[in-house]
Amino acid sequence: MPLKIIVTVKQVPDTHNVSGDAMKPDGTVNRAALPAIFNPEDLNALEEALRIKDTLGGTVTAVTMGPPGASEVLRECLYRGADDVVLLSDRRFAGADTLATSYTLACAIRKLGDFDLILCGRQAIDGDTAQVGPQIAEKLGINQFTSVSEVIDVSTDHITVRRTIESGFEILRSGLPVLLTITSDANEPRPPSAKRAMAYKRIGRQACQGDFDEAYIQPGVCGPLDFIREWNADSIGADPQRCGLSGSPTKVKKVQNVVLTASDSRKVPNTDADIAKLIHDLIEENILG
Amino acid sequence: MTEAKNVMVFIEADRGRVADVSLELVCEAGRLAERLGGTVEAAAMGYGMTEALADLGRYGCRRVYYTEDRRLERFASVPYAKITADIIRRRTPKVVLFGASTTGRDVAPRVASILRCGLTADCTELDIGDYRFKDRQWEDVLLQIRPAFGGNIVATIVSPESVPSMATVREGVMRLIESDPEARAEVLREAVSLGGDDFPTEIIEVIEQERCVDLKSARIIVAAGVGASDPESLKLVRQLARLLGGVVGASRPVVDACVLPRDHQVGQTGTTVRPNLYVACGISGQIQHRAGMAESKRIIAINRDPDAPIFDVAHYGIVGDVREVIPRMIKAYKVRGTL
Repeated sequence: MPLKIIVTVKQVPDTHNVSGDAMKPDGTVNRAALPAIFNPEDLNALEEALRIKDTLGGTVTAVTMGPPGASEVLRECLYRGADDVVLLSDRRFAGADTLATSYTLACAIRKLGDFDLILCGRQAIDGDTAQVGPQIAEKLGINQFTSVSEVIDVSTDHITVRRTIESGFEILRSGLPVLLTITSDANEPRPPSAKRAMAYKRIGRQACQGDFDEAYIQPGVCGPLDFIREWNADSIGADPQRCGLSGSPTKVKKVQNVVLTASDSRKVPNTDADIAKLIHDLIEENILG
Repeated sequence: MTEAKNVMVFIEADRGRVADVSLELVCEAGRLAERLGGTVEAAAMGYGMTEALADLGRYGCRRVYYTEDRRLERFASVPYAKITADIIRRRTPKVVLFGASTTGRDVAPRVASILRCGLTADCTELDIGDYRFKDRQWEDVLLQIRPAFGGNIVATIVSPESVPSMATVREGVMRLIESDPEARAEVLREAVSLGGDDFPTEIIEVIEQERCVDLKSARIIVAAGVGASDPESLKLVRQLARLLGGVVGASRPVVDACVLPRDHQVGQTGTTVRPNLYVACGISGQIQHRAGMAESKRIIAINRDPDAPIFDVAHYGIVGDVREVIPRMIKAYKVRGTL
């Protein structure tokens, strides 16, 4: 029996390469000045899903929530081998914290029907919360393994993983379905396939309201996708009160620039005498023994 | 029902020993509870921990709600989340704190999802204060302060309507203070019915891996950045660390390039440190790095680029090549006392 695997992905601003003009004078971040990228650990989650599919057969469905532009990461998923992709886009999803995000994603996953595995990146580099994965698992009533650095074995009814913890590793086993959050150590994501990139470069989006047709994603049955399905709150049966800003218990009270400065700072010239004096001072202060 | 004002800490333990981060949080909970006029409570699960839990009294914990079951000896997401949510529902604390460890960051979101309450990840500072939005005002809410956007900004998050407000807190940022060595916490058994379905995880093996370096308790750290990642500079960094009785740290790019193992990484995605002396060698000082070491008592920065941001947090800035400066430091230290 082939596995049905769901991967959640996110388009994020590239916070690890923040250049000067990405910070506004008031100390807040100018999101527009940062390039939008595929969240790095979500690529590891996608890769793990594709590897499992390569071994056992099945389908890989990538789901993202975001503005229409976020469909770019879904295209990237198609280039790498995803069978199906879904964009969750609705003004009512905007301003979501992790609770509202996980609710929306869980509604969409439920709508996709039965599944065996959900793979998420461990965390997204814009928020670094690592909360959405476990919250999806709870909402769907399934088991979870976070910080998975290796999928050791997977069959059609069980999975064994290595989970990285502070004191070493845990080797854990669970029946399916289960949700995993994957770390960057787990694998090296494959590059996009040129052939698939050609086929999907211009794939458009299409809003879908009607019932989801399972046959749509049977691999080899329907051939390549015609469009990226786009769902809103109504199409996934979500309660708008639990989505976006209104479904988010956490609020941002204020945002400050990070100002880190030493209380007293002095330059030490790079000479034998000055450095010897510095070492001497530190010994005098009992900083050095 | 009386208004919730107690502060609860989720207790994390390894083979019956309470984790340092949980002790730190009990201390911080004491500070917050005082502001709220409440007391410090704890939620714990495991086996054979009664004594260790009573000991939390030394750090200011008044009561521990404890579910004991042999199957809870090791952490597992599903039963731990279920029990913690049950305890919170019954005891209605105003604030619940978890360590931002692999355990806390696994269980806390699941608990928040069950209770549909607010949760803020990886806080570095907590406080109690007011929150105003439009014409409404909430008093005595938990202010959850955390780096955001890859550490480029610091955000204050509130969950004004959420009971409780929950946060995970980074290890090593809250001070551990033993307030009363004689005090004992009252340990109350909390019965939770657990069936086979609550244990979907089979623990096959636990592999202990000694950390190759203990940055957290190091008094002196000599850290290598990209400007000190060539073999010659790295050798000097190691030599200096050994000579001063310290350990070797690293910036993220050095770890990402596999020059040093991840245990050595200082910074927001690595370990937060506050040693007596931090020597930053060839580290430019990205905000993520500075956020993890700026609290060091003394900081020496060595960098060829006089405009490197690391100099902003350094007490002593030396502009120059690591391969020139470190030998001078080594020489000076070796002849100490002869000055």
